[in-house]
Amino acid sequence: MTGNEGQPGGRLLRGVHRTLTGLHPALESVLAAVVGLLVGAVLMYIWGYDPWRAYWALLRGAYGGSYEIASSIARGVPLVLTGLTFAICLRGGMFNIGAEGQMYVGAAAAVCVAYFKLPPGLHVVAGVLLAAVAGAVWSLGPALLKLTRGVHEVISTIMFNWIGRFLVFYLVAYVLVDARQGQRTVQIPLSARFPVLVRGTDLSYSVFLAVAFALFVYVLLWHTATGYEVRAAGLTPTAARYGGISIKRTMLLSFILGGVAAGLAGAATVMGLPPTYAIISGLPQLMNLGFDGMAVAMVGRNHPIGILVAALFFGGLNAGGRVMQFYGSNPVPLEMVRVVMGAIVLAMAIPELARVFPALAASGRALVGMLSRKRPVEEAA
Amino acid sequence: MSWSYVLDLLRISLHAMVPITLTATGEIIGETAGLFNIGLEGILLISAFVGALAAGAGGPIVGLLAGMATGMAIGFLFSVIAAYWKGTQMVAGIGINLFALGFVAFGLIKLGAPGFHAVPVAAQLVKLRTPLGALSPLIFVALLVPFVAHWFLKRTRAGLILKAVGENPEAADVAGVNVNLTRLLATTFGGALAGLAGAYLSVAWFGSVTKEISAGRGFIALATVVFSGLNPLLGLVGGIIFGFFQSLATWIKTLPTKTIPWQFVDMLPYIVTLLVVSGVVGRVRFPKALGIPYKRE
Repeated sequence: MTGNEGQPGGRLLRGVHRTLTGLHPALESVLAAVVGLLVGAVLMYIWGYDPWRAYWALLRGAYGGSYEIASSIARGVPLVLTGLTFAICLRGGMFNIGAEGQMYVGAAAAVCVAYFKLPPGLHVVAGVLLAAVAGAVWSLGPALLKLTRGVHEVISTIMFNWIGRFLVFYLVAYVLVDARQGQRTVQIPLSARFPVLVRGTDLSYSVFLAVAFALFVYVLLWHTATGYEVRAAGLTPTAARYGGISIKRTMLLSFILGGVAAGLAGAATVMGLPPTYAIISGLPQLMNLGFDGMAVAMVGRNHPIGILVAALFFGGLNAGGRVMQFYGSNPVPLEMVRVVMGAIVLAMAIPELARVFPALAASGRALVGMLSRKRPVEEAA
Repeated sequence: MSWSYVLDLLRISLHAMVPITLTATGEIIGETAGLFNIGLEGILLISAFVGALAAGAGGPIVGLLAGMATGMAIGFLFSVIAAYWKGTQMVAGIGINLFALGFVAFGLIKLGAPGFHAVPVAAQLVKLRTPLGALSPLIFVALLVPFVAHWFLKRTRAGLILKAVGENPEAADVAGVNVNLTRLLATTFGGALAGLAGAYLSVAWFGSVTKEISAGRGFIALATVVFSGLNPLLGLVGGIIFGFFQSLATWIKTLPTKTIPWQFVDMLPYIVTLLVVSGVVGRVRFPKALGIPYKRE
């Protein structure tokens, strides 16, 4: 790009170049999504389905009309929040895979609003706050274990997920249980529900909660000194420490913030996703939202804005998957969506995904060379 | 309390020790070489499923071998991504786990019974009759493998090379060791052991597959690795401890008296894992290059 500074065409070119470079991560995410969908297609083909018809049904079910788009957004709402849990902690230098458990606990706390009365608006706020606090408290366990005992957060958050899950199983079965309907908790009263935004769909005002929290995280991480410290500590802990940043403080902060996000995901699901407004025994409507959020975070490049876009995509996969599984002669189980997600995340793990294919070709050539007893070609990296 | 209940507990513990010990031993080998695979849970899950299918088709031995092959394949994929393509190991591991969740749930639906698939009795590995009751032969394998691994890591040249690759890949490279290939072999072997453990779950222990058959064992195995400080013999000790507490939960539920709700009983193994791990961390040290892809300057 040197040599054409000052020329108007040069500036334009440089602008285009910068935009394209900036878009590079987004392109890699798209590429990973394509790889994931291809893996899904191959598996569907092997299991005897017609992948193209299945994807067509999925696409139509996800974005085929305003109703479909609304329900895709609705499915994406909790994923934005659990995705933020993972992203905040990753920016702070940790792998918090505890969104699942924190979200369960948050949902259980949100259900508690059924036990007291408040005016409509305030009642929603109370539920949201309860869930946020519960999520944060549940994330404190792994955070403190890491800070005081050095326990790796991957192990502790997973253990807390299981403990949280059984705790919520217990609460659903014995404490929050509806006396008339034993297989679910008491229902959240009308005054504490997020009102439905688009009539006849699942989409409620909880979407604003998710978007607002994403924007809040964006501003906090990229436009405040605290956020700068969190990101600095995540990038190079030693340098950050020399710069006078307390790593323990930033870690604790990102864990708590992540816990709040996960708790909100629980609240958004039980208070804002029709029709149950309660936790059903076995937690079917909550199960795996936390894990799916990790996929959302990675595809969204751990950036709040990217996460919003990625959640729309994964929400679409979920909503479309629901259509796909009942699609005439070619009903592909919903679980295929999670297979695709896993493949996408695996592809996201590969840096410079675009370069893998030429590298693969080179390895193939090297292998052929080795097999034909020639001197193997040096690894092309 | 009658004597037979105590015997039951011992027998379940021995069975519960197997998958954790095998998986942990494999991961110890992999981490010694410098790769941190958190996809173990996914490997256990998929190989339990594949092992059960293969056992149904060709008998228990085929099932176990198929589980091993599945684990090897996933371990291979992981190490290609992590070693050769310098991928983020955590992300790849999370990807494996997510993929496994979907794949096994999907496969179980395809088999016609959502969430549950029974392995025919003829396809299950026969248990040995001992004074303790029926024991799976793999218990003895799991008791033996850590010793072999210990001998391999401490007494052989290959074990030393593995250690060099994990501690100081640059030096190993200069000494003529192929760092990436070594890591690939180590993690693929680790995957094979995890795959065997997965197939053991369905073919030799439970006699069925559910989509939650792994039940966090992959992560408990990771905790065992932390506990062991990469010493396979301590890994065996950890496997026995964690296996015992897992069985304690199962066992309490079989008791005639129900004093605590089962949900709290089921929390027990995870709480114990947390307690044990938080007790030992700081005492152990891990290879310097653990989790870092090796790039030749």
